[in-house]
Amino acid sequence: MSLKTIAGVELNVSEEGYLEDMTQWNEEVAKEIASEIGIELTPKHFEVINYLREKTAAKEALTIRNVGKSGIVTIKELYVLFPKGPLKFSSKIAGIPKPTSCI
Amino acid sequence: METKEKKPLEKVCLICAKGSLEDVYASLVMANGAVMEGIETKVFFTFFGLDGITKKSMNHLHTATTGNPAMRMPGGLPFPTMLGGLPGVESAVSGMMRKQMDELGMPPVDEFLEMITAGGGEIYACKLAIDMFKLKKEDLSEEVSDIITIGEFYEMCDGDRTQIIFT
Repeated sequence: MSLKTIAGVELNVSEEGYLEDMTQWNEEVAKEIASEIGIELTPKHFEVINYLREKTAAKEALTIRNVGKSGIVTIKELYVLFPKGPLKFSSKIAGIPKPTSCI
Repeated sequence: METKEKKPLEKVCLICAKGSLEDVYASLVMANGAVMEGIETKVFFTFFGLDGITKKSMNHLHTATTGNPAMRMPGGLPFPTMLGGLPGVESAVSGMMRKQMDELGMPPVDEFLEMITAGGGEIYACKLAIDMFKLKKEDLSEEVSDIITIGEFYEMCDGDRTQIIFT
């Protein structure tokens, strides 16, 4: 665990840069993490991010399959929004732990 | 101090040559996992592995109930080989396995193939095996991009950070 200044605030992050405490997250934090990855956030991105945060808060397992069935985006669209890391990058931007799912 | 530069995988090429439930799923899980990690992914189905991309069979794959020493009864007791050979047993056991996988959120094969191609993964069928089993392109899942030779597949597997995995 280490400290990292994101959007002007010092936050606890894992070695790979995932927030340790999802309550420290806000939209500015999301934007800064996203720009580090090279993603510019649109309202659609936030819909996905909020869905992931809700599911994580409810302690539900996250898979791209579930996101694809959420009615927010298809799996294909999810890959377009978060290229090369549909679950990894979206989770990082959403301020939730690194996904442990294989699907 | 010596610092090691990380050299992440850039391409994963999988060859699926067997048609049992566990062999096909091993290939699919590894392929989908690679796509999700942003790794370029190609899967080549050959021989009995073709069952995994043939419309008629892909969602009804079986696991062997004979000749499978790891097979257990529900509860963990050994599974008698003689029982595994009785008509209908393999079918029933395989159905139970698929149901259990479904409960864990594992998609059926057709959906799994769609997930792989949705992320840019590519699925191929082996020409030699297709000819051998007298199959046609129409018999295969829509997610199969082409029927190719192993030589053509190897050509796609170039690059020094590429791994070929055979299951």
